[in-house]
Amino acid sequence: MDGMNKDKLFACIGALSFVMDDLRIYLDTHPMDQEALDYWKKVEKVRNEAVKEYTKCYGPINMYDVDVDDRWTWAEGPWPWEGRC
Amino acid sequence: MWSYEKRLQYPVKITQCNPRLAQVIMSQFGGPDGELAASQRYLSQRYSMSNPKVAGLLTDIGTEEMAHMEIVCAIVHQLTRDLTPQQILEGGFEKYYVDHTLGLWPQSAGGIPFTSTFFQSKGDPITDLVEDMAAEQKARTTYDNILRLVHDQEVCEPIKFLRQREINHFQRFGEALRMIQDDLNCKNFYAFNPSFKADLFKS
Repeated sequence: MDGMNKDKLFACIGALSFVMDDLRIYLDTHPMDQEALDYWKKVEKVRNEAVKEYTKCYGPINMYDVDVDDRWTWAEGPWPWEGRC
Repeated sequence: MWSYEKRLQYPVKITQCNPRLAQVIMSQFGGPDGELAASQRYLSQRYSMSNPKVAGLLTDIGTEEMAHMEIVCAIVHQLTRDLTPQQILEGGFEKYYVDHTLGLWPQSAGGIPFTSTFFQSKGDPITDLVEDMAAEQKARTTYDNILRLVHDQEVCEPIKFLRQREINHFQRFGEALRMIQDDLNCKNFYAFNPSFKADLFKS
């Protein structure tokens, strides 16, 4: 994730999350597919790192990941539907 | 419990407003085969789903449908953002505008308000899964109908993504129906509701 700018890192999180969204419903009906389980583990690790990095540098994506320092940052910046982030 | 993530499942960045198209796409928010109906269909059905794996699938697909509802709303919002009164009249948006201004309200393209009669929760796994498969196909057809009217790439791309998801969900529901049928014995394939205990003891 080193050297990625904000937009690129955000797009990367979107892509990794989607892989997991599709894998999740595949695994619901194929819970013993070892290849899919290995893929899940691999993607989950990279996604966790990417989300951690983004949250630290640019603010929270998940509602439970709001770090309170001197102010409340959850409602800062554009909302997803505005098409600006 | 649900957890909100401050991102869309597929990005929406629309720079050209188009109120006429917004009114058509709005149907996939609050129309008969829209994403709101889809999410509430699956999330209502899961409580009486006898197979825990399929109950999990209904939860996960129902949750994804809420994310799709957000994508559709983002498209409609960005197609109608900052419209002038002249654009509202020229784009045939005045009948929606008079009641909702530029806010989002769940209705079909023809103005029929969202109603829970758009979907069924029958308490019978086979009945419900057959409905779910049909629902995914009806939504896919609606996206096909929308795509024939869209020429703006910025609108096309998220709509094509949503269309593809209908196909994936249809596949998963087909597998779920197969799983339910594999659980049935030869005397109930398909004679009565496998989720209604009193019927099961009669056999």
